[in-house]
Amino acid sequence: MKYSKKDRVTSVLLLLPSFILVLLFVYGFIFFSTYISMTDWRGLIPSYKFVGLNQYSQLFQHPRFKVDLFNTGLFTLIFLAANLFLGLWLAVMLDRKLRGEIFFRNLFLFPMSVSFVATGTIWVWIFNPTSGLNIIFSALGFDTKNWGWITDPRMALYCVCIGAIWQMAGFTMAQYLAGLRGISDDIREAARIDGANEAQIFGHILLPQLWPITVGAVVILGHISLKIFDLVFVMTQGGPARSTDMPGIFMFETTFRNDFFARGAAIGIVMLVMVAILIVPYLIYSRRMD
Amino acid sequence: MTLRVSLYRILLYSLLLIFSIFFLLPIYVMFTTSFKSLAEVGQSSMWALPLKLSFEAYVLAGSRLAHGLMNSLMLTIPATMISSLVGSINGYCLSKWKFKGSNLLFTLVLFGMFIPYQSVLIPLVNFFRQIGFYNSIAGLAAVHIVYGIPITTLIFRNYYATVPDELIEAGRIDGAGLLKTYWYVFLPISLPSFVVVAIWQFTNIWNEFLFAVSLTNAPSTQPVTVALQNLSGSMISQWNTQMAGAVIASMPTLMVYILLGRYFVSGLLAGSVKG
Repeated sequence: MKYSKKDRVTSVLLLLPSFILVLLFVYGFIFFSTYISMTDWRGLIPSYKFVGLNQYSQLFQHPRFKVDLFNTGLFTLIFLAANLFLGLWLAVMLDRKLRGEIFFRNLFLFPMSVSFVATGTIWVWIFNPTSGLNIIFSALGFDTKNWGWITDPRMALYCVCIGAIWQMAGFTMAQYLAGLRGISDDIREAARIDGANEAQIFGHILLPQLWPITVGAVVILGHISLKIFDLVFVMTQGGPARSTDMPGIFMFETTFRNDFFARGAAIGIVMLVMVAILIVPYLIYSRRMD
Repeated sequence: MTLRVSLYRILLYSLLLIFSIFFLLPIYVMFTTSFKSLAEVGQSSMWALPLKLSFEAYVLAGSRLAHGLMNSLMLTIPATMISSLVGSINGYCLSKWKFKGSNLLFTLVLFGMFIPYQSVLIPLVNFFRQIGFYNSIAGLAAVHIVYGIPITTLIFRNYYATVPDELIEAGRIDGAGLLKTYWYVFLPISLPSFVVVAIWQFTNIWNEFLFAVSLTNAPSTQPVTVALQNLSGSMISQWNTQMAGAVIASMPTLMVYILLGRYFVSGLLAGSVKG
């Protein structure tokens, strides 16, 4: 379609403010963060003395940051695996045209409408050794004296994981459910006539068709878990003994509590790189498909 | 055959029931605890229903969160409205009035949706201190509008892409240009998308924490998420007040979800990049 020149100019002009804002607030600030991360700025008064990649080399030798990277990796792995598994399972069950489907769907999804700050408060209660779960297990006759849950460095990360999975499983379910609804019944019927059983239909027909949804969900969930902050901040502040510490928490404390801005910026940029490795190929791929 | 089918159904419903318990458990905890008096938040009756309905926790939490609630309303409502309008215009231009490079532009904007905000936070705080936007509700609203541009643009763009180009063509024959076509043709049919985007933005801005805690430092400007976090931090083991606070802070978004849930789901699905 050919537009008049005037309309083309109008279109550009209307987009310009948004584009300039994104250019400044996203790309400009990322650039500036990168610059700060190469200075020695520590303390309230900005210092822009260039020190190259010093902050990064210090960061990657810092025991706390090593722990953080490990925690993020483990958290992301569990979070992704559990969400995909649970989301797909719930979607497959709800795809069976059962009564009350809308009720269940809404129930599994509503956690997404509540903030991590509010749900974090609840999960702290549940996983607190003197309230919550231990009371139930004691009543059932278990000796819960040593069950520390969120106060136990070996268990705390899993407790945070459960909170995060509870919040996001419905999202994955909704994605898969939409995917399943998009697969026509004819294909399944045809497979059934050819003698395929339900497991074969699922494994050979549905699962491959759902592949793009799985990729999309991995990207969205992955970037959420790599930059997770609120839930951990509310539930554990990274403790006990750094067992739930994440780069997001480290960045926040370094920057706003210790005024070590150069290191804070470096952590922010490392987080950006981790997310970009996940997002950029996906963005390029999905834009190309358009 | 019927027997097998019904057995299968029983299994299915039992499983769904177990999952439902998992999903309802935190909500049960939140509500029951919030209606207990402090005396009743004792060890053994933690999981029990309150013996006597008490509103003392709500009175206390309410007074502590009142400021935050007001701030969140004053932040969220204007930011949601402006952000929806901006998204609509961007989406319209990017789907119906493409120009050379507009697709690349869109991809560049879209990237902003995924960045960890930690990677822009320090320059943002500095910039806001310099222009006097630090510790102000208007400043926080501006942040949410700007970082909301990618997602709102995406949802509207995907929606307008489903509207036939013939409508533009028809408008042109009648002598209508870009703006007139938007105003008379596209805006009136955009209501569903406005609802989706508004719910999405409302929920996200209301629930947001990192910007809120980094860009405000006084009760007079702190949104409710920060106020709730402060409340929980200062009232350790006063579980009833913490839970009442969680109920109060979650009520607006929960109500939106209950009343307009199906639009919430569309927003969720539209949020995936392919659309």
